[in-house]
Amino acid sequence: MSFFISYITPLLIIFLQSLLVLIAVLLMAYFGIYADRKIWAAVQLRKGPNVVGPFGLLQSAADLLKLLFKEIIIPEKANKMIFILGPIVTCFVALSSWAVIPFAENWVVADINVGILYIFAVSSLGVYGIMMGGWASNSKYPFMGAMRSAAQMVSYEVSIGFVIITVLLCVGSLNLSDIVIAQKNLWFIFPLFPMFVIFFVSALAETNRPPFDLPEAEAELVAGYQTEYSSSLFMLYFLGELAATFLMCAMTTILFLGGWLPPLNIAPFTLIPGVVWFMLKVAFVFYLFSMVKALVPRYRYDQLMRLGWKVFLPISLLWVVLTASFLLIFDIAP
Amino acid sequence: MFPAILFYIFSVTIIISALMVIFSRDPINSVLFLIFSFVNAAGIFLLAGAEFLALILVIVYVGAVAVLFLFVIMMLDFNIENIKKETRKYLPLGLFIGAILFLEITLMIYTPEIFSNEFKIIGKSYTSNQSNTEILGNLIYTDYFLQFQLAGFILLVAMIGAIVLTLRHRDYVRRQNISNQINRDSKSSIELVNIKLNDRDKK
Repeated sequence: MSFFISYITPLLIIFLQSLLVLIAVLLMAYFGIYADRKIWAAVQLRKGPNVVGPFGLLQSAADLLKLLFKEIIIPEKANKMIFILGPIVTCFVALSSWAVIPFAENWVVADINVGILYIFAVSSLGVYGIMMGGWASNSKYPFMGAMRSAAQMVSYEVSIGFVIITVLLCVGSLNLSDIVIAQKNLWFIFPLFPMFVIFFVSALAETNRPPFDLPEAEAELVAGYQTEYSSSLFMLYFLGELAATFLMCAMTTILFLGGWLPPLNIAPFTLIPGVVWFMLKVAFVFYLFSMVKALVPRYRYDQLMRLGWKVFLPISLLWVVLTASFLLIFDIAP
Repeated sequence: MFPAILFYIFSVTIIISALMVIFSRDPINSVLFLIFSFVNAAGIFLLAGAEFLALILVIVYVGAVAVLFLFVIMMLDFNIENIKKETRKYLPLGLFIGAILFLEITLMIYTPEIFSNEFKIIGKSYTSNQSNTEILGNLIYTDYFLQFQLAGFILLVAMIGAIVLTLRHRDYVRRQNISNQINRDSKSSIELVNIKLNDRDKK
């Protein structure tokens, strides 16, 4: 009996919590696709999805069912094992990062000490899914997409790392809940605004969102690394990418926009539960992502590399040094 | 009991995937197995309570070094038979290095003081109520600062060396100069020229 209490019960609770987070992320992805298409359409003065269900709300479900019931086609000369593993890795990695995200105070599956490092580590694995898929397809466009993606994601990870270091200097802890609580008086977007901009743009590049969607640039590479994918394997790529995008939105919220904290610590704002604030902020950042997608033309590959290495890297490095010196001189380091 | 089960799962996977690195015929599979064994090694670090080291292992080795490794190997065109012939030449050297490594590990196992749980570094003992990120930070940036800086400089020199070896400015490559492009205005780029219309006919 004691065995059950000490091992099975905690496992069951963790399993249920993870299931809840998974459902939340899938719901976000579901409405994310819809919102993305609606915003994009509105910018171009179109209506967007409006046929399936009220206001087209069931469009994503229809697409999902369509993808699921299609036939999985694996190219003759593909490396079958790696071809199937690719999308699974992408999806697994994108979803498993959500384990440490605090949705509200104490609403977190794993409240680990090195939460931000965990997210950084796991999201840096996302590139493997794309590279494996691109290589295993044994076709030239997927391969070129995968190569681009590898270079791009590794480059922008560097500046994301520096932005995270700057925030950590102001917090003094790697725990995500501590990072949010440290912003009780002042959200980090105000003192660290340049870093917010760098993080936002790097997040776009890291998740292969437009204007940095060179790995799947349809004008040059058909569909990039996912050219040969169909049916549920394609859906896994799609889902993984969306989950990673929302993860980056959540990261922006936690690092710069004060996570679950209300904008002002007074009565009408504090009555609304933290999770609502958190979701509102995530939705806002996602709205910005969608607007960028609709407004900005795609970068050329050498411009992308220049921006990452020659602009963002020096500026973020300079800000790390400046922030550290500032905290040291005024003796306000935590 | 639960950590023990996890430990055996991780270590058996590491050993199997390390063997697969050597025995798989396709180089890509080798690299993927290598990455898999890195990830499992991070699992073992986690079990030992070294969560910072575990995640740094994933970030640096799996997230950056192995990506470039995979990148290069995907671009190469391999001929397995040729590689086998080439590697036979280096067999004695490989065996020698392997023997040294094996000897080192054996020595470590049979010298119990290395495995003692008390870790004292330069006379200080660190208590376990600090998180290991803090302890490592103190060690690297306070106690071993000079060594850390030296290591950094050696890496910097190696990096500059690699850049110098590979950087070539080819004359026929046209480069984009962003500041020139932005600083252009109509005065410097548009010139009004009066031409006589029947100039061409005279030639």
